[in-house]
Amino acid sequence: MLENIRLSFQGIWSHKMRSFLTMLGIIIGIAAIIAIVSTITGTNEQIKQNLIGAGDNNVNVQLYMGDSTYEIEYSGIPEGVPVITREVLEEIRGVEEVKDAALFVSRDTYNTIYHKNTGITGGKLYGVEKEYFDVCNYIVKSGRVFDDGDVSNFRKVAVLDEDSAETLFSGEDPVGKTIEILKEPYVVIGVVTKSSKFEPVINSMDDYYMYAQRSSGGVFVPYATWPGLYGYDEPQKLVLTVNNTEDMTAAGKKSADILNSYLSVTDNTIQYKAIDLLEQAKEIQELSRSTNTMLIWIAGISLLVGGIGVMNIMLVSVTERTQEIGLKKAIGARKSRILGQFLTEAAVLTSLGGLFGVIVGIILAEVISKLTGTLVAISAPAAVGAVVFSMIIGIVFGLLPSYKAANLNPIDALRHE
Amino acid sequence: MILDLKHIYKDYQQDKLVVPVLKDISLQVEEGEYVAVMGPSGSGKTTLMNIIGCLDRPTSGTYELAGEDILKYKDKEMSNVRLRSIGFVFQSFHLLPRQSALENVALPLSYAGVKKRERRERAARALERVGLGDRLNFKPTQLSGGQKQRVAIARAMVNNPKLLLADEPTGALDSKSGKQIMELFAALHREGVTIVMITHDKAIASHAKRVVQIIDGEITEGSKEVQDA
Repeated sequence: MLENIRLSFQGIWSHKMRSFLTMLGIIIGIAAIIAIVSTITGTNEQIKQNLIGAGDNNVNVQLYMGDSTYEIEYSGIPEGVPVITREVLEEIRGVEEVKDAALFVSRDTYNTIYHKNTGITGGKLYGVEKEYFDVCNYIVKSGRVFDDGDVSNFRKVAVLDEDSAETLFSGEDPVGKTIEILKEPYVVIGVVTKSSKFEPVINSMDDYYMYAQRSSGGVFVPYATWPGLYGYDEPQKLVLTVNNTEDMTAAGKKSADILNSYLSVTDNTIQYKAIDLLEQAKEIQELSRSTNTMLIWIAGISLLVGGIGVMNIMLVSVTERTQEIGLKKAIGARKSRILGQFLTEAAVLTSLGGLFGVIVGIILAEVISKLTGTLVAISAPAAVGAVVFSMIIGIVFGLLPSYKAANLNPIDALRHE
Repeated sequence: MILDLKHIYKDYQQDKLVVPVLKDISLQVEEGEYVAVMGPSGSGKTTLMNIIGCLDRPTSGTYELAGEDILKYKDKEMSNVRLRSIGFVFQSFHLLPRQSALENVALPLSYAGVKKRERRERAARALERVGLGDRLNFKPTQLSGGQKQRVAIARAMVNNPKLLLADEPTGALDSKSGKQIMELFAALHREGVTIVMITHDKAIASHAKRVVQIIDGEITEGSKEVQDA
């Protein structure tokens, strides 16, 4: 076997140009597959990171009407949807996958929040329980967050996130200052920031619409003061945190089920649903995967063509070496020996091609990554698989020429010119 | 008896015509004999050689090689007979051009499953025996015609075959190299090697101790008296 491999390398080396051209089909096919797979894996990883954030592990559960979120601003307070009580919240906290949970309400803000003449447009106003900041992984940057006193005394105090603080106060310390929310004065008591700052990578307009809202400014007030602003006790939203990113889907679904069990709606399209980012990521990945599967098929065709090229060259090689084969058979080489020799040569040739293909593919993926800025993840199993697959191509397409060689009649073969 | 061929017939099918090539050939060769099979081209001597060399099968007749009825053997066993019992020497040497003399000679040993180190030792010894002990690592392109044929003889002898079968061994050589090869054959004969040599050349055939004349597929003379013809 080793002897055969050594002989194969000798044969390949003695026809460098021909061997290289023969390998080219395999090299191109494997390189294309490696580049595509690396890009897909990278893109998928990126989608996941963008949607889920780095280690944030938050799941939002909120009311839906059909497939879109229920917007209280437009649709009014829904009937049959009770306010979520502390007892229900405790029930949700008891769900196995849920690490912690908090209730909140929120509105998009247009010209509702001002400091002097500066307003926030496109930000969000949140009415939150004091646990909210912990659940959502906020840390206090300056001042403090809400305490029991703020809640029980309906104090008109507000906490800003970094973006809204920047928008309203542009660098000034906002703590102790008064802002105006729906014409009501609120005193800023603190500024918070996400413990893990995560900026989604924006590569396209689609990406921008997808992720941009996550980075806009937010203002938090105690939930207790919310009815003072909007006039109603309205159904809250729920934010969960889980220990494990993989649990996000399960935790969201179980919590939504609990909330739905308290509904007594007439319109049964109104339901709590988790905004399942993991699921969303999967859908987008699925989409990119199906287009890329097609690309892999095309690359596969190139491998097929490469394989046929190998078969062709092996046939030429058998014809060229007819005398050698005849001699070997005459002096006692068995069929299996000749078969093994040519199969090994074909397999070595295509394995080498596969190896070069992997190298070219990795380089290609890196270049694509540099040009488009997408993540590229090179997977070792894919690389090993590619080389093994090339070897199999060599064996499959080497079979016919090797079989032909092994079955040559030594008398005719020796006489062959 | 090394070779015992009886009533060998060989026909070739040419389109719908059956062409008889060998007609009732019977030939016996004793151990240690040096026999030349001589005949003009087209006489069927090459076909006879192919049958003796287990490369081809007769249409009818019996063939025993060292007492073994080899015609009952299948392809795989025939390979084994060629490997262990017969050493071939061809007119055009048939050396592998990219391999050294040593590797060429060691080739049959690798088919016989001999270990690498022993292969090298035995191949080197076989090359020394034909007077090429100083050319072990030369490639065939670096050797003269006579030297190439001696490498081929070393390769034929390396497995200690029962029979050395040579097909026009001097056909591609000048007369001086041809003479050296004949001297080598004579030396091997003296050492007890059984040799069957196929040739059309009377002068070459005369080196053998017995000449068998074959014309039109039939043996016309084969007695020991013609050895000095």
